[in-house]
Amino acid sequence: MDSGAILTELPRLRRYARALVRDRAAADDLVQDTLERAWSRVAQWRPGSDLRAWLFGIMHNLRVDQLRRPGLNTVPIDDEDLAVPIRATQGDRLELSDLESALARLPEEQRGVLLLVALEDMTYDQVAGALGIPVGTVMSRLARGRERLRLILEGSSPSVNLRVVR
Amino acid sequence: MTKLPLSEADLQAWVDGQLPESRRAEVDAYLAARPGEAERLSAYRAQRDALRQHFDPLLDETLPARLRQLAEKPPIAVDPQKRPLLERWSLQRIAAGLLIALLGGAAGWLGHGQYQGDERVAQMTPLPRQAAIAHVVYSPDVRRPVEVTADQEDQLVKWLSKRLGTPVSPPKLGALGYELIGGRLLPGNTGPVAQFMYHDGSGQRLTLYVSTEDTVSRDTGFRFAKEGPVNVFYWVDGKFGYALSAGIDKGELARVATAVYDQLEHK
Repeated sequence: MDSGAILTELPRLRRYARALVRDRAAADDLVQDTLERAWSRVAQWRPGSDLRAWLFGIMHNLRVDQLRRPGLNTVPIDDEDLAVPIRATQGDRLELSDLESALARLPEEQRGVLLLVALEDMTYDQVAGALGIPVGTVMSRLARGRERLRLILEGSSPSVNLRVVR
Repeated sequence: MTKLPLSEADLQAWVDGQLPESRRAEVDAYLAARPGEAERLSAYRAQRDALRQHFDPLLDETLPARLRQLAEKPPIAVDPQKRPLLERWSLQRIAAGLLIALLGGAAGWLGHGQYQGDERVAQMTPLPRQAAIAHVVYSPDVRRPVEVTADQEDQLVKWLSKRLGTPVSPPKLGALGYELIGGRLLPGNTGPVAQFMYHDGSGQRLTLYVSTEDTVSRDTGFRFAKEGPVNVFYWVDGKFGYALSAGIDKGELARVATAVYDQLEHK
């Protein structure tokens, strides 16, 4: 692989990681892990294929691994399952950015898809390829993520994606 | 030509400009008749713009050097300059782990022997051993060896003195080439004890363990104990027990211990 090829993608990887995990240090750690894993699997990359999608896919898988490794057993609750308490929003205006905090309130799977489409300008097929999910799933996550973000930004406070400790 | 009904996926594709041109007009017509839907989709487009406006500046940020290097070339498995240091660190850690296990075992065994006699004594770990364990636990820590660093020495002294219930302060060992890193509060046998950490120019670390628990012992002269790779000089002075620990040779440690003793004596 051309040694500059990955470097070219680095700014985008960082931007995506920061939008995805928000915390600056954690985001750069995620990028670092992505680069390390990419080099360790560079033989699996088919020359001529989409390097960016490959790298984002690696980052996605690492992130999934991270999220599967919480200290407690958790079960995601779907919006429709329960009327969950609405989080306090009094301090929200103190947030550095309303957009970032709104984004952080999306379920990670919706946030990831939304960012790949809206920020990274990937086609739906590219997103499906990078994340290893069907295009139909990309579309439903995108639609739900956008609608939820709209409601949050409009202050309608849709129910929050809480997790129940088993 | 029959027109397929518009789906939500089509509307999303319209937002992203990924809809085939042939269908774009259909969506435009659909939206023209439905102001609510038009508003919703325009909010989605606004999200796109807002996200880019917010996160695009990150693209122009200076890349951290570690990431740039890692992006340019694979991490080198064997770095001839770094490898020995890493190995040394890992060896030290293994040694520290072994020592803790050994000391723990020894303390357990001693406790077992004394348990028949006096339960209170059985729970007491001797001063040099406590100090050696504290030394091997904290001194290899690269990032957080101390709780309060030397640049807040005033607060460190105030805090530890308050917690130990008597004034304590770290001796100055600059003349011997050892500079204070900072200190921490630790649990001793029955209550709080203090640890001060120093290092020299080569990174060699040395800890001074200060305990006020040993009220029964009378003053002692210097005593020397060797706990695995750690040499410990310790002595009891009034209500204080002191133990100076380091992985340096006995002669050098004695020299530092003497200086510490002199300073504490004449303060």
